[in-house]
Amino acid sequence: MPEWRRQQIERESRLEAGRRFSDGKVFAAKDTTALLEAVIRPGDRVCLEGDNQKQADHLATALAGADGSRLHDLHIVQSGLVLSAHLDLFTKGIASKLDFSYSGPQGAAIARALYAGRIQLGAIHTYIELFARYFVDLTPQIALIAAVSGDREGNLYTGPNTEDTPTIVEATHFKSGIVIAQVNKLADRVPRVDIPGDRIDFVVEAPTPFYVEPLFTRDPAQITDTQILMAMLAIKGIYAEYGIQRLNHGIGYGTAAIELLLPTFGESLGLKGKVATHWALNPHPTLIPAIESGWVKQIHCFGSEVGMDDYIRARPDVYFTGADGSLRSNRAFCQTAGLYACDLFIGSTLQIDLAANSSTVTPERIPGFGGAPNMGSDAHGRRHPSNAWLKAGREATEAHPGMVRGRKLVVQLLETFGDKMVPAFVEELASVEFARRMKLELVPVMIYGDDVTHIVTEEGIANLLLCRTAEEREQAIRGVAGFTSVGRARDRKMVESLRSRGVIRRPEDLDIDPLDANRHLLAARSIKDLVKWSGGLYRPPGKFRNW
Amino acid sequence: METLEIRRTAAGRAPGTKGHAITGVVASGNLEVLLERVLSDTQCEVTVKTSVEGFGDVWRAVIDDFVERHSPGGLRISINDGGARPDTVSLRLAQGVRLMEVDG
Repeated sequence: MPEWRRQQIERESRLEAGRRFSDGKVFAAKDTTALLEAVIRPGDRVCLEGDNQKQADHLATALAGADGSRLHDLHIVQSGLVLSAHLDLFTKGIASKLDFSYSGPQGAAIARALYAGRIQLGAIHTYIELFARYFVDLTPQIALIAAVSGDREGNLYTGPNTEDTPTIVEATHFKSGIVIAQVNKLADRVPRVDIPGDRIDFVVEAPTPFYVEPLFTRDPAQITDTQILMAMLAIKGIYAEYGIQRLNHGIGYGTAAIELLLPTFGESLGLKGKVATHWALNPHPTLIPAIESGWVKQIHCFGSEVGMDDYIRARPDVYFTGADGSLRSNRAFCQTAGLYACDLFIGSTLQIDLAANSSTVTPERIPGFGGAPNMGSDAHGRRHPSNAWLKAGREATEAHPGMVRGRKLVVQLLETFGDKMVPAFVEELASVEFARRMKLELVPVMIYGDDVTHIVTEEGIANLLLCRTAEEREQAIRGVAGFTSVGRARDRKMVESLRSRGVIRRPEDLDIDPLDANRHLLAARSIKDLVKWSGGLYRPPGKFRNW
Repeated sequence: METLEIRRTAAGRAPGTKGHAITGVVASGNLEVLLERVLSDTQCEVTVKTSVEGFGDVWRAVIDDFVERHSPGGLRISINDGGARPDTVSLRLAQGVRLMEVDG
């Protein structure tokens, strides 16, 4: 007789082992390691919730403190690997295999652990790609998650940073896995139910609230004149030109400059209501002046941002909010929105090559991908038209206009030189060398060149849609690469001919006056200005307060 | 400290009538540019005093590009550089030429 309920039987035995440490679903923080040792088995696939913002840090530390002879060879499948406790799992031999998306601050530590052979790397994913695999071949047996509050039945309130939680719980619980939640506070009643209690097996009140980092705050005081010039180019040469209404911004000072130029420069071009109305975006504080000036119709968020909660609460016409009034974010839905329902992605990168492939991976640092490759790619499953999408599609081909498919606008916004005069334009991406050293089958590429439609630097805009040959693309890229060695090796005649065709447009070709590329053009020049714009509702974290 | 003298021939006279203009500040990663209308119509002279040595080639490439794009004939340009990146230098030079053109 075949056995069809093995996973459920296994689940029951794990629950029984865990209940020795719990009272109903609730257990005490001091018993966390013991409970994890009882419930988890060697070789398990474990998702230790590590989102962009919200971290199951108490559970991570407790798991890292487990007895390595009892728990070993775990396969960690989680989007963000950003805490040092996450790395400890590998140095202590508790975990051996890793599939992830983003590592940010641990990028250098992951590189060292990979070279030392302590991590067997499955793949570096994009967010929705990893989530997709949760439902196919990387389904977690154990999910360790974080929430703001929970009741004794396991009903959870995630607060504004819902992020990955619904996706993780869906994949784990409905495939007979075990879900354990840490909450900042055990309550009689939660403000809203983000996760229904019957999907949660155990709950612990953590000794300290989970860790959240302000990842999406850029201080306007740090924005340079060069970044303002690039923002002007993007607004006039791309947003206005294509009539971009639905969009996503990557994080960086360049995109922050665009956000702060909408109510000033954008207003002077008469673009209000015509561009930048619908967003898939984290709650960037630098978008506050545009929201307050009436530019923005609505925003769906991947996660929240520290200090933005009261502002969001007071602007429910703009943001998605729950019955309790606070933001409801959802990474899987917002990534999907960015992929299918946005006409433009604009973001920066560390390196870009002569075919417009870009990467942030170097042999010393592996920050992972996060969501940019989803936003920054043409969705081949898209079937709804928009003017921006169709215009880009028409530019890309000489095919019969009756049978043109549209194109997502994917814009790389980068200064020709990065920090310490390191050129952003390179002959070969550093990730190629990394792949060689690690013997990877696939070179890590953030955004593939064939998805990139425009490159914006302080030198101008290169429209790759209008390039017809690989040689034209290369010269268009060299043509905006400035004084990097890639830029200086341009074929000047060919670059001038590309400019006469509008493939390359300089600031002067767009009637942009360099005298306007000045910090006075920013709608807010400091964090304090942002607080003023918000009517005191935005409460920046301490590290951004200098008054 | 390194000093570079770069002389170029411009296609034409820089627009406007202003005698001199100054833009930028001497600060780390920034530069100060003084422009004076003292030369004949197609001459352009640039003096660079920079705190970062060994980038003569890049400076010459930046100046060549500037002369080609903005035609700054008649200008003597003095630069005090605090280690600015080429994009900042280009932007300040472009701003300087515009300042020579506008009133006030």
